[in-house]
Amino acid sequence: MNWDIIIKYYPKLLDGALLTLELVLISGVIGVMLAVPIALMRASKTPWLRVFPFCFIYFFRGTPLLIQIFLIYYGASQFEVVRESALWVILKEPYWCAIIAFTLNTAAYSAELFRGAIQAIPNGELEAADAFGMNWLLKTRRIVIPRAFGIALPAYGNEVVLMLKSSALASTITLLDLTGMARTIQARTYTPVELFTAAGLIYLIMAAIVIGLFRYMESRFNRYQYYKPNVDQMGVDKQ
Amino acid sequence: MSDTSIALELTDIHKSYGSLEVLKGVSLKANDGDVISILGSSGSGKSTLLRCINLLEQPAKGQVIIGGEELKLKTGKSGDLEAENRKQLEDMRSRIGFVFQSFNLWPHKTILGNIIEAPMNVLKQSREQAVERAEGLLKKVGLYEKKDAYPGNLSGGQQQRVAIARALAMDPQVLLFDEPTSALDPELVNEVLSVMRELADEGRTMLIVTHEMRFARDVSSQVVFLHQGQIEEIGPPEQVFENPKSQRVRDFMSSHN
Repeated sequence: MNWDIIIKYYPKLLDGALLTLELVLISGVIGVMLAVPIALMRASKTPWLRVFPFCFIYFFRGTPLLIQIFLIYYGASQFEVVRESALWVILKEPYWCAIIAFTLNTAAYSAELFRGAIQAIPNGELEAADAFGMNWLLKTRRIVIPRAFGIALPAYGNEVVLMLKSSALASTITLLDLTGMARTIQARTYTPVELFTAAGLIYLIMAAIVIGLFRYMESRFNRYQYYKPNVDQMGVDKQ
Repeated sequence: MSDTSIALELTDIHKSYGSLEVLKGVSLKANDGDVISILGSSGSGKSTLLRCINLLEQPAKGQVIIGGEELKLKTGKSGDLEAENRKQLEDMRSRIGFVFQSFNLWPHKTILGNIIEAPMNVLKQSREQAVERAEGLLKKVGLYEKKDAYPGNLSGGQQQRVAIARALAMDPQVLLFDEPTSALDPELVNEVLSVMRELADEGRTMLIVTHEMRFARDVSSQVVFLHQGQIEEIGPPEQVFENPKSQRVRDFMSSHN
């Protein structure tokens, strides 16, 4: 093991790690924002509203992420319409292609998680909202989404960790994310063990941060599951 | 008696599930301050009738009038009635308190949060106003100390008292209780009934589907006995409990005493 190599190149690897985090963060945030309406449509009682989310989720869950990245990065440039359109500014950049692919992919998986969570809300809680005269939007905003979010949170944390690791595929379209950076340096130095060990360790640390973050969010959003009333409140009730 | 004193009027309510006809034309009138208990064996349509009032269940036919205002209904795709105007339905629902058998508190909100939710977001009350009223109601049901706890920390009886406070927070014209004590352990039933008794004494208009015979007899101004989707007998408690005209009601009473 040649430690000097790691010490020499670790600022480069950190740059790569930063790009990885950036890709995951941006596509994660936009992905969730897309996933919520898609999940609401998927859980809707109106049949035609369910068609689009079904096809969308089916496609993105049913094909490899690598194929999706290639289709967007290499595929889009095959069409002259695309090359001549305003979209080309975005689609010629591997960075944005990776973000688009990751966003749509995680949106599909998260939408399916949220759909399950929405449908797991006991019907009585929704009936209670109806009985108070809440309209659809109010019920969705105040009861359905916060409740579903709490239910989906542990599974969603898992999805983010998976996304963190899948983001290594960005390296296949020339991006110097953590994996891409390790591969590039390794091609120069011929020290795969050192570099990939270092990269793997950085992934472990990032995963630990994500897991910790979600554990914290769970303790906040699902406070009701952990809350213990203090002694005063436990006292005999004053009926 | 003028029209304004009629709190609730149901006319010819019908409801079927497939080929099973659950309600076969029920009409009922409640004046302000009336406490009407709805009795009957299970499957007689008691809960369905109550849920048809605020359209948690869609009747096939019938008319609902609350405080002189008719709920406008039209036939929907399923063949059952639905609200012609969502706004009117929401507005009328906000004036009808509903207490469920299984409480249906929102578990992710605190006790106080549960109670102020609808007043703040449906009635657009300010937080201070909603909290002040909620705290008063929690004192009334004896649970002020629990205001920062979550529903999961409370016993069934306590949860049901919170659910009653939550319904009261909207200051409803009519309170509907759907078997409010049926999901409770026997030793918790009385704490809920005593809160309801207090409400009856205050002159609240209430419709109560219940199996608590002694309670129904004590607090009701009217008792309705439903059988196979129709009103078998209706009258003051003395009549229905002690001197029922119908043989079926007599059999039911003797098996429940």
